Amino acid sequence: MAYLLIRRTLGFVLTLFAVSVVVFAAMNILPGDPALTILGLDATDDALAALRAELGLNDPPLIRYLHWVGAALTGDFGVSHSFGVPVSGLIAERLPLTVSLAVSGMVVTVAAALALGIAAAANRGRAGDWAVMFLSQIGVAVPAFWLSMLLVLLFAVTLRWLPPGGFPGWEEPAAAARALILPTVSLALVQSAVLARVTRSSALEVMRLDYVRTARAAGFSRRRVLWRHVLPNALIPIVTIVGMQFAALVTGTIVIENVFYLPGLGRLVFQAISNRDLPTVQALVTLFAAIVVTANFVVDLLYLAIDPRLKARS
Amino acid sequence: MPRTTLIRGLAASALAIAAALSAAAAAAESKIVIGLQQEPTSLDPTADATASIDGMLTQNLFESLTTVNEAGEVLPQLAKSWTVSEDGLTYTFSLVEGVKFHDGTTFDAEDVKFSFDRAMAENSVNPSKGYFKPIESVTVVDPMTVAIKLKGKDAFFLFNMAQGDASIVGPESVETNNTNPVGTGAFKFDSWTRGDKLVLAKNPDYRGSADVSLDKVEFKFIADAAAATAALLADEIDAFPGFPAPEILPQFEADPRFNVVVGSTEGEVILAMNNSKPPFNDIRVRKAVSTAIDREEIIDGAMYGRAVPIGSFYPPHGPAYVDLTGAYPHDAAKAKAMFEEAGVGGSTMTIRVPPFPYATRSAEIIQAELAEAGIDAKVETVEWGFWLDEVYKKKNYDMTIIAHTSPNDLGNFARGPNYFYGYDDPKFTELWDKISGEVDPEARYKLEGEAQRYLTENAVHGFLFQLPQLGVYKKGVSGFWPSRAVLFQPLAGVKVN
Repeated sequence: MAYLLIRRTLGFVLTLFAVSVVVFAAMNILPGDPALTILGLDATDDALAALRAELGLNDPPLIRYLHWVGAALTGDFGVSHSFGVPVSGLIAERLPLTVSLAVSGMVVTVAAALALGIAAAANRGRAGDWAVMFLSQIGVAVPAFWLSMLLVLLFAVTLRWLPPGGFPGWEEPAAAARALILPTVSLALVQSAVLARVTRSSALEVMRLDYVRTARAAGFSRRRVLWRHVLPNALIPIVTIVGMQFAALVTGTIVIENVFYLPGLGRLVFQAISNRDLPTVQALVTLFAAIVVTANFVVDLLYLAIDPRLKARS
Repeated sequence: MPRTTLIRGLAASALAIAAALSAAAAAAESKIVIGLQQEPTSLDPTADATASIDGMLTQNLFESLTTVNEAGEVLPQLAKSWTVSEDGLTYTFSLVEGVKFHDGTTFDAEDVKFSFDRAMAENSVNPSKGYFKPIESVTVVDPMTVAIKLKGKDAFFLFNMAQGDASIVGPESVETNNTNPVGTGAFKFDSWTRGDKLVLAKNPDYRGSADVSLDKVEFKFIADAAAATAALLADEIDAFPGFPAPEILPQFEADPRFNVVVGSTEGEVILAMNNSKPPFNDIRVRKAVSTAIDREEIIDGAMYGRAVPIGSFYPPHGPAYVDLTGAYPHDAAKAKAMFEEAGVGGSTMTIRVPPFPYATRSAEIIQAELAEAGIDAKVETVEWGFWLDEVYKKKNYDMTIIAHTSPNDLGNFARGPNYFYGYDDPKFTELWDKISGEVDPEARYKLEGEAQRYLTENAVHGFLFQLPQLGVYKKGVSGFWPSRAVLFQPLAGVKVN
């Protein structure tokens, strides 16, 4: 266990370092000039030069990178080129929304997928199974942004049950929750379709095993066998996919936040890249990488919890 | 279990009461929600060129010495009047008395001098620093009088001084204007939730506040055209003055809840050709391109018919406009012969376009039109930052499509060989110098007409159409300018019924 933790922490640090190098290099290779983006088509050469000097863009790339790393290690992510305010503040004001969206999307995904997947496996070959398989096939094929537009047209424009987008702020919890319903569903639908299919096939795999037949022969009810004996053993592939999906959900918020005009990190990263706002992009991408690596670590811990054999081995 | 139900019930009714109360309070105040596609990253129009800063704040939160009306005429603002010296070089402005900035500090001639000196300084990052180049010095005559001396006559001086780049700012607040703007205008800053909305509140101390109808103005940032449509249809926003998608307008026109207003902007959309690069340094090739393009087809296909064609680089609603759209009638066969005569028949050209719908859609149609004339045109859509660097700064392109949204921008063609046009013609530069120094309007219009003809004769670019101002408004909203001669839109006259 201790060994795993040390190895994981080391991997975490190395991954973030590698990500920061790649992002820095990419942003430097990518054509673009932050000063020109800010001052526009009518800017004079001397104004552009003054702004470049102000933003510290005249230093060689390596020096700028070392400056950034040095400051980032002390928790200072610098000042955004285009917003002119500290990057940490920009992230802090938007993080809660994106995290809420990703977590609620994950909860809905897992709940829907487990229920549907197990139900389909239990009713294999019957109408319920076919319905789940058919709908999940559509869910896998449909792009999330298109689906969200349809949801908006139905629930916001025609029925008027929910707002079409925007976010009222956390001071109004009820309105905030309402604002997140459609984005959450849009995020979760595609992912739960994938996960439901995985759950179904994984459950079917386990249901074929001898011990399940033995349990049934011993007189346990179908339901009890399904939930107590089949599901725990079917969980390993499900948890693996969930870990990957969490990363997809976090990045999926970039699209969803644009469609629902929500003030989250996804919109911020979009804006920062367009503006060639290196300090902001750097901090955001490193943060996204940290979230993904952490999610993978949690998945590993879950393996240990699900399968005692792994614990014995490690 | 019943207990949690009870608590939930109580919470729900408390929320309902709170909502009802705030709704009652809201009914008393006049509020408008305006949709905008582009969110700025700074709120300081004197340090960032983002057009939406001007759209929201110029002449609303900030004021300048002068202002401009819908027709493009210069009117007094913080300067109540001015006199011009015999030689046309010294402007003496009398300032409005009793004006206060939103932070309570008093506005006087020192603020004007401070704002101008800051914009003219060596380390100035003013996006339109060129506006201040003609200024020799700014002198405080007395607290309510300021004299500005020019190096040479400047026909556009008073007009330029009305723009957001020339906003009068206070030395006490200038450092924080990017997040907490402080001006002298009819509306003051209330809040900005980045990524979501910007809210302005009526300034009760404004000198003309009795005529201002709106108490609150909320700008909502919605980049996606489909999301903007849904927000309008769901009654979330009252006005979308710069609606991004002409193809959706018929839906609003058919809906009795909305007014659709199609006006014009200062944006000339051009098929720019790199005049410094073969084969476009050959006038025969540029003329062939001009002959190959069919403006009507481009406007129908790219703008769904909602734009006015241009034949040179001047807006059709301007006072000096000359209709030159007939100079190179569309003729694919003739264009093909012209390309062959210039020795480039059947060659390959690239159109590198920024990711704006007007540009990408026009590019596809022009690609087909050039194909009819035997030219194999490739369309490359690039991201905006890439465009700015590769096309605009490094001139690494054959052709591109871009809207020039600044007013009085014929001077672009006098910016020399380093400007991305790659156009360097001493004759035109001389003509532009005459225009910008001609303070008599009628004489200047004549010269501007001459400049338009000159650019068309030389087929410097393919001139396509004037970018329209597409506005979608809820019925009962009034006071928005259908067309804009400038980037700003004063909200003092806007009403919601």
